[in-house]
Amino acid sequence: MKEDKITELYFQNVDRPIAPDRRDFLKKLGGGIIIIFTIGETGILKQCTAEKENGEEDFNAYLRVKEDGRIDCYTGKIEMGQGVITSIPQVLAEELEVSMDQIDMVMGDTELCPYDAGTWGSMTTRFFDPVLRAAAVEARMALIELAAEHLKVKKEELMASNGEVVVSGDTQKKVDYATLTQGKKIVRKISGEPKLKGPDEFKIIGKPVISIDAEAKVTGSAEYAGDIRLPGMKYARIKRPPAHGAKLLNMDGSGLADIEGAELIQEEDFIAVLHDDFEKAGQALARVKAEWEVPESKADDKTIFSYIKETATESEIFEEGGDLASGRAQAEIIVDEEYHDGYKSHATIETHTATAEFKDGKLTMWASSQTPFGTREALSETFNLPLENVHLKQIFIGGGFGGKIYNQQAIEAARLAILSNKPIQLIWTRNEEFMYDMMRPAAVMKATSGVDKNGKMTLWEFDIYCAGPRGCNLFYEVPNNRTRTFDKAGLHPFGTGAWRAPGNNTTTFARESQIDITAHKAGIDPVEFRLNNMKEPRMKRTLELAAETFGWEPGVAPSGRGFGVSLGFDAGTYIALIAQVEVDRSTGKVQPVRIVCAQDMGQVVNPHGADVQAEGCITMGLGYALSEDVEFDWGDVKTTNFDTYEITRFAVTPKIECVYIDDMTAAPEGGGEPAIVVVGGAIANAVFDACGARVFQMPITAERVLAAMTS
Amino acid sequence: MKKTIQFTFNNKPTNLEVEEDQSLLWVIRSSLNMTGTKYGCGFGHCGSCIVLVDNEPTRSCLTMADFVDGKNVVTIEGLARNGELHPVQKAFIKHDALQCGFCTPGMIVNAAGLLHRNPEPTRQEIIDGMHENLCRCGSYMRIIEAIESAAKEMEGGKWL
Repeated sequence: MKEDKITELYFQNVDRPIAPDRRDFLKKLGGGIIIIFTIGETGILKQCTAEKENGEEDFNAYLRVKEDGRIDCYTGKIEMGQGVITSIPQVLAEELEVSMDQIDMVMGDTELCPYDAGTWGSMTTRFFDPVLRAAAVEARMALIELAAEHLKVKKEELMASNGEVVVSGDTQKKVDYATLTQGKKIVRKISGEPKLKGPDEFKIIGKPVISIDAEAKVTGSAEYAGDIRLPGMKYARIKRPPAHGAKLLNMDGSGLADIEGAELIQEEDFIAVLHDDFEKAGQALARVKAEWEVPESKADDKTIFSYIKETATESEIFEEGGDLASGRAQAEIIVDEEYHDGYKSHATIETHTATAEFKDGKLTMWASSQTPFGTREALSETFNLPLENVHLKQIFIGGGFGGKIYNQQAIEAARLAILSNKPIQLIWTRNEEFMYDMMRPAAVMKATSGVDKNGKMTLWEFDIYCAGPRGCNLFYEVPNNRTRTFDKAGLHPFGTGAWRAPGNNTTTFARESQIDITAHKAGIDPVEFRLNNMKEPRMKRTLELAAETFGWEPGVAPSGRGFGVSLGFDAGTYIALIAQVEVDRSTGKVQPVRIVCAQDMGQVVNPHGADVQAEGCITMGLGYALSEDVEFDWGDVKTTNFDTYEITRFAVTPKIECVYIDDMTAAPEGGGEPAIVVVGGAIANAVFDACGARVFQMPITAERVLAAMTS
Repeated sequence: MKKTIQFTFNNKPTNLEVEEDQSLLWVIRSSLNMTGTKYGCGFGHCGSCIVLVDNEPTRSCLTMADFVDGKNVVTIEGLARNGELHPVQKAFIKHDALQCGFCTPGMIVNAAGLLHRNPEPTRQEIIDGMHENLCRCGSYMRIIEAIESAAKEMEGGKWL
């Protein structure tokens, strides 16, 4: 997928999925009952009329009750740890009246699955689930109609139960799904408003289930892109420049002759070495000498913030209301602050990896990618291959978080497979991963807030440089407000992109710090202040749940208790996080002790899965809040490995409790991203409450806490 | 320099020709074709490549292959006994102590070694013993619970 398109999709609020394109699948499918459907904004009713003008069926997912009675679900989504490989069967099993182990998932294979734009934006549960249930109901109805014929009873007298259709009054009279689908090929769409089960009828939805992929993952048999072995496969290593933007002046590959079995591949600036052995390929690469011209530095990790403010001149108003001047006039206290956040890497434990084979004009690829179909398009365009000659295969992904939606490693591996005519495996080293990861951008936020003598906010001005507006619709009641974004294409010294809940971590840190400072200056407890200034009722009830679960007692910061609260909105979900931290006053080191996370994500499809995702968000979020920072001098990324890029470790992880406003009648919202956005703000506010140190830049390192304490 | 080494690999006597500068990680992943042991960082920082060498958790990316000559090497694929999963593997499933699964083999093997050495660890001893294993999806809390529950299950007994 094109980078600008990705940026557009990611940094805006994701409120609708992306329109899919079409492929002619129906001919290829085997027998059974096939229900085609669209994961889309169109809602369930529109599914009934999902037909394009040219009469072509419009669908991007399907399920199939096979002739052996088992059920397949095909989707272009991928599994990268977010758990959809479990939550989709859970939903299907509920409406189809089968056990979860009767369902097989086929994910992310570009030949077997219909087109899908990619797995991101916490969209899978939100947009997939209601339609998925409707599709399952459609299949159940088809089975009941077949059974009515088979058993010669009215379909009204029949019900589905445990993989069979039975007569309601006479359970001895029954027929199993396999018998019904034998020799049939029925293709249907969702045909009317489906009769979904009510929450009180749920047997599987809403119940904790164990992940379907857990056994493969604990035994080492789960296959990732780097676990593929092909006959004659070569490991590839690519000669990298010392910095982004560097130009190759000259190269000398003569040293390679010393290494038996090493093969040099060169196409213009693209230089690589192939070998049967991964490490030998690396040793051979070191023998290839190259000289580069490195561009002049314009900023480093210290000066980037002033560079951003000078350079990001393209401005847009995201939201505004009232009149700023009167908001200022009504205010008794005005707070004016600036917040900074440095670059963050996705730092997935699996580096970008691809295995490629080019044979008879056809490219087969196993790639660690959140966008198999986007990768297919990119490969097709780059190498001028027809789309149908590029096949991305299903694979587990070793973490994504938005970092694996780009296709660089896949294109590199494919180029090498085509040039060398050999199967290629390309595993980026950790150093390459830090260099070519599409980082979360560094950003600056300027905030001005005003509060009157009654503790009511009168003014909110928020200028966001380089973090975008996702999640920034004001849920506080502030009559006079303006939120603007500032950016400029090509501003950053290296690639930047979508990092779990893009931009929202950064802006939420700034907003929630600013709200806390405002409450503090007004002498009001931070929870009370937020409740008093709340516009959005769902946010209000979420904060109340968090405060109640935590056992929040009002206090005026710094109370010494180390309590901090932060609110956020992402992917349709409202989040309130309360953190308790300890600060070592001699070193400034912050230790999280306890975190309570309350979320309103509508219907919670899999409470256990929601817990796992929220815990993951919070644990990962502590890294960006406390320790993660990419060091660089312009295009030269100085961070090369985990010794200097400190992600959260065991010892940092506190006790985490997750609670939900569980509304079984509401539509399910996102769960894979929201809880991470509030971590930075809650930690910043908890640190202030613990020791009076206000840190305006993430990560909130020991040095910064110490400096803030003494200033 | 090539050299033939003899060692026990996942309970099987194994002879293998290795180069003296080859790491154990890539010998396992390529020559022995066991891909459960993962490459994560190449410098011993992340723990995804941990295997047991004579029951001691060992970072295979920093270990030369010829070091295991005459020793006993167990990877994630060799932890089960007669089809029964190691109690740590079972506990990881039960506690859902994984997400993407990429760090999981290193976590489990390290924990199995930890429990072999110290069958009744305190929570703090578990945290200390797992400190150098990194997980990006954020499963630490569940991993600690899984190891605690495996220790209970094993009742101080040995598995390895």
